[in-house]
Amino acid sequence: MMTFQNRIALSSILHKEVHRFMRIWVQTLVPPAITISLYFVIFGELIGSRIGSMGGFDYMSFIVPGLIMMAVITNSYSNVASSFFSAKWQRNVEEMLVAPVPNWVIVAGYVGGGMARGILVGLIVTLISLLFVDIQIHNIWVIITTVALTSAVFALGGLINAIFAGSYDDISIIPTFILTPLTYLGGVFYSITMLPDFWQGVSQVNPIVYMVNAFRYGFLGVSDVSLTLAFAVILTFIISLFTIAMVLISKGIGLRS
Amino acid sequence: MQPALEISGLKKTYKGGFQAVKGLNLTVEQGDFFALLGPNGAGKSTTIGVITSLVNKTQGLVKVFGHDIDKELDKAKSFLGLVPQEFNFNQFEAPMKILVNQAGYYGVPRKIAVQRAEKYLKQLDLWDKCNEPSRNLSGGMKRRLMIARALMHEPKVLILDEPTAGVDIELRRHMWEYLRELNAEGITIILTTHYLEEAEMLCRNIAIIDKGEIVKNTSMKSLLATLHIETFVLDIETSSTTPVLNGFASRLIDEHKLEVDVDKAQSINSVFSQLTEQGITVNSMRNKSNRLEELFVNLTANKTISSVGAVN
Ligand SMILES: Nc1ncnc2c1ncn2[C@@H]1O[C@H](COP(=O)(O)OP(=O)(O)OP(=O)(O)O)[C@@H](O)[C@H]1O
Ligand SMILES: [Mg+2]
Repeated sequence: MMTFQNRIALSSILHKEVHRFMRIWVQTLVPPAITISLYFVIFGELIGSRIGSMGGFDYMSFIVPGLIMMAVITNSYSNVASSFFSAKWQRNVEEMLVAPVPNWVIVAGYVGGGMARGILVGLIVTLISLLFVDIQIHNIWVIITTVALTSAVFALGGLINAIFAGSYDDISIIPTFILTPLTYLGGVFYSITMLPDFWQGVSQVNPIVYMVNAFRYGFLGVSDVSLTLAFAVILTFIISLFTIAMVLISKGIGLRS
Repeated sequence: MQPALEISGLKKTYKGGFQAVKGLNLTVEQGDFFALLGPNGAGKSTTIGVITSLVNKTQGLVKVFGHDIDKELDKAKSFLGLVPQEFNFNQFEAPMKILVNQAGYYGVPRKIAVQRAEKYLKQLDLWDKCNEPSRNLSGGMKRRLMIARALMHEPKVLILDEPTAGVDIELRRHMWEYLRELNAEGITIILTTHYLEEAEMLCRNIAIIDKGEIVKNTSMKSLLATLHIETFVLDIETSSTTPVLNGFASRLIDEHKLEVDVDKAQSINSVFSQLTEQGITVNSMRNKSNRLEELFVNLTANKTISSVGAVN
C-alpha cells in the first residue's frame, strides 16, 4: 500500500541508488559511452559501410536501436546486482531490514534505481549515436515503453542475482555466461530473418530478441516479431521475476540467518 | 503497563544444527536500563538479531510494547532502535546521508530528518565529519555514528550490542553519560556487555546468559549482594615464615605475593594485624578483579543445585 510512510521509504532508496551511480559516474556512465562509440566506429563506419543495407536500412541505422538496448540491458542489470550485493556484503542492507520497510518497497526501490541508470545510459548512448547517424523516430511511445519495461526486467534479474550471490564473482557469472551471449544472439547486429529456419526457431526463445525488435520498431517501424507478442513476453518476464524477487526477500534468502 | 520487551521460550537453531539459544525467557520493563551479560558465543547477538528481525527464530514468542513480531512486525520494528555489534553502514557514504536515509526508511520526511541528523551528529561529536566518507571515521566515531543512526526515528527502545567494544576509557565514560541521559528522557535501554563493571555502572536490571540460556535474571543490586567475597593481592616481605591467617582463606602465590579472600562481613584490619604479629610487612595491596569469574562459578554451582531440587 502506498502510504505516506512507504512513499518516503521508497524515495529514500531511490535517492540512495541514484546518488550511488552518480557518485561513481566514471565507473557507471563513462564505460558504456566508450563502448558504444567503438561499436559505431567499427561496425558502423568500418565494417558497416561494406555490409550495405539490412532490413531495408543502411547497416548503421539498423544496429543503433540494438546497441542502445544492449547498453540499457547491461547497465540496469549490473547496477542492481552490484549495489544490492554490496549492501549485503557491507551489511548495510540491515538498515532496511530492521526498519518497517515492506518488501515490495525494497524491490521497487532497487529496481527503480537500476531503471534510472539503464535509461540514463540509454539517453547518453542515443546522444552519442547522433554524432554518427541520423536517428529517425517512428513511434516514440513504443520506444519509451520498451526501454522502461526492458530495464525493469533486467533490474529485477540483477536483484535476484545479487540475492543469491555469495561473492563478487557470483554477480559476474550470469552477465558473462548468459546475458552477453543472449544479447549478441538477440538480433542486435542482424535481422533474425537472415538466419536458417532452425536458428530462427531457436531465437524465438531468446527474450532479448523481442526487446530489441520492439525497440527497433519504435525507431524504424520494422520488426522481426509481432509487437503484441513482444510486449506480452516482456510483461510476463516482469511479473515472474518480480514474484520470484518478492518470495526470495520475504523468505530472507541470503539476508537473514 | 506493557513491558517494553517480552520474550518467551525463544529458541534458535542455525543452519547446520547449532543451537545458539535454548528456550530463553526475558522481560524488560518500560524505562528500564537493562544489561544482557555473557561470555563470547553466549547467544546475546543471536537474541538481539531475533528481536530486530535480522535472524529468523526457530521457536518462541517475542513482543515489543505488546506487538508480537509474528503478527505486527512493522509496529514492533518502529519501536526499536538497534546499534549492532559489527559496523554495518555503507563505508562509502557520509554520516549525514546515512542518517537521513535511515530516517527515511521509517517514514521520516527528509526535512525533519536533516534537522534531527544535525542534532544527533552534534550531540555525538561527529558534526565536523558529517560529509566525510564514513570509512574515514575512527572506530569510536563509527560506533557513535551507529548510535546516532539508531536514534533517527526516535525509538522507544534502544538496543546496543557491545557499544563500548574498542572504545577508549574517556569515550566510554562519555558514552555512558549519553546513554544515561537518553534513559532519563524515558528511552528503555538494553545493552550487551562482557563487563560486569559496565553493567554495574549503568544498569538497574541484569540477565546473565551463558550457552544460550539465562542463568540469572535479577536486579543489579541483588546480584551484587551475592558477591560476598573479594580477593586481595598483597605484596609482602617475609622473613621465611609462611604467613598464617586465622579466619581467612589465603594462598601464597610466591614468596612475595599473598592472595587473601575477604568476606563482606569480615574486616580487613584483622589481616593486617595478624601479619604484623608474624613480622610480615605489607608493601602494597590491590584488588584482584575476578568478580565476574566468581559470579560465574557461583551461578554454575547454583544451577547444579537447583536442577537437582525444584525447577523454577
Ligand atoms: N550465522 C550463524 N550461523 C551459525 N552459527 C552462528 C551464526 N551466528 C552465530 N552463530 C553461533 O551462535 C552462537 C552464539 O553467537 P552470538 O553471536 O549470539 O554470541 P554472542 O553472545 O553475541 O557472543 P559475543 O560476545 O562474542 O558477541 C555462537 O556459537 C556462534 O558461533
Ligand atoms: Mg555478540
